[in-house]
Amino acid sequence: MRITIASGKGGTGKTTVATNLGLALADDRPVQFLDCDVEEPNAHIFLKPRIERTKSVEKLLPRVDEAKCTYCGECAKACEFNAIAVIGKKVIVYDELCHGCGLCRMVCPVGAISEVPHELGVIEYGVARGFPFSRGLLNLGEAMATPLIHELKQGIDPDSLAILDAPPGTGCPTIAAIQGADLALLVTEPTPFGLHDLRAAVGVARSVGVPIGVIINRDGIGDDMVERYCADEGIPIVMRIPFDREIARLYSQGIPLVDALPEWRDRFRALYDTTTMKLAREDGVK
Amino acid sequence: MKICITAKGTGLNDPIDPHFGRAAYFLFYDTETEALDAVANSPGAHGAGVQAAQIVAGNGAKAVITGSVGPNAHRGLAAAGVEIYIGAQGTVADAIADYKAGKFSRAAGPSGKGHGG
Repeated sequence: MRITIASGKGGTGKTTVATNLGLALADDRPVQFLDCDVEEPNAHIFLKPRIERTKSVEKLLPRVDEAKCTYCGECAKACEFNAIAVIGKKVIVYDELCHGCGLCRMVCPVGAISEVPHELGVIEYGVARGFPFSRGLLNLGEAMATPLIHELKQGIDPDSLAILDAPPGTGCPTIAAIQGADLALLVTEPTPFGLHDLRAAVGVARSVGVPIGVIINRDGIGDDMVERYCADEGIPIVMRIPFDREIARLYSQGIPLVDALPEWRDRFRALYDTTTMKLAREDGVK
Repeated sequence: MKICITAKGTGLNDPIDPHFGRAAYFLFYDTETEALDAVANSPGAHGAGVQAAQIVAGNGAKAVITGSVGPNAHRGLAAAGVEIYIGAQGTVADAIADYKAGKFSRAAGPSGKGHGG
């Protein structure tokens, strides 16, 4: 079982939901936690993991031997990302645009292209509160987060309940975190901004065929547009977290809700039971 | 000499398209013959500036007149020795007149933020 917590909008409470869900369920079943927000991971603040090992994640960048290059332009034509350009008698490689696929090397008719590894970031593996914890850390200045998320997902134990804390947004890194999940819990807030980005996140989850449930955080502020949207779209609202000073205080001190307020342990357990039962019954919360 | 103007349409009276990499059209204007050729731009999801620089250089332009140029496009155009003039406004005809009157100053570096990733 694999559950991704995503949102579209940043700061809606993904990590609150992900960490509390993991802590609430870990007593009953094997859980593992993956912080996929590799540009700004923050689950460690709540889970306080002990990191045991790290692994470097690299991409391969093309390097052109200009003594062999005939400037035929086949590499530039082949590159979907325009990461290699042939302009007159010059070849320019745009390292930050390159996805490291190696196609330019394959299509080069004179074998002028070789590849060199370039580190994008690292994956840290450890233990938090008795369960496996891993997170990606994108190196400063790097733009490509997706390879780190793919590497994180390689470490998923199929016999565990894997909880993936997704990055905000709806771009490639978020898609990578949602793809392959059995369920995406989309955390939003009942505001026009929350709704706007929720719509985008719903589109992403549906496009990769992942069933969704919505969690409304800061319930009580804003308006009822999110609820009306979910009703129109047939999307279940599976949890509401009230706009509450005590919840905010605990968050600001890095204290998980389930540690301080035991009723939340029951609520997160119930959330898991009802959503997974619904999944089994409907084979997809469409 | 051939110069390139980024535009929203194919004619002299069409407005400048200020975003170099994602401009609708590249208009190639020959300053001697006054001939004007339009090349439609079809940028992909990634590396629009790189692609645009290759189109402009590949069509033999020695200068480009546009609104702003990002870092990737700037690097490509600079490698091809294409002069870059930014901050153009109004119509294509206005830009050509301003260019001939020497009103533009050359851009030393990229004027826009990158969109890589």
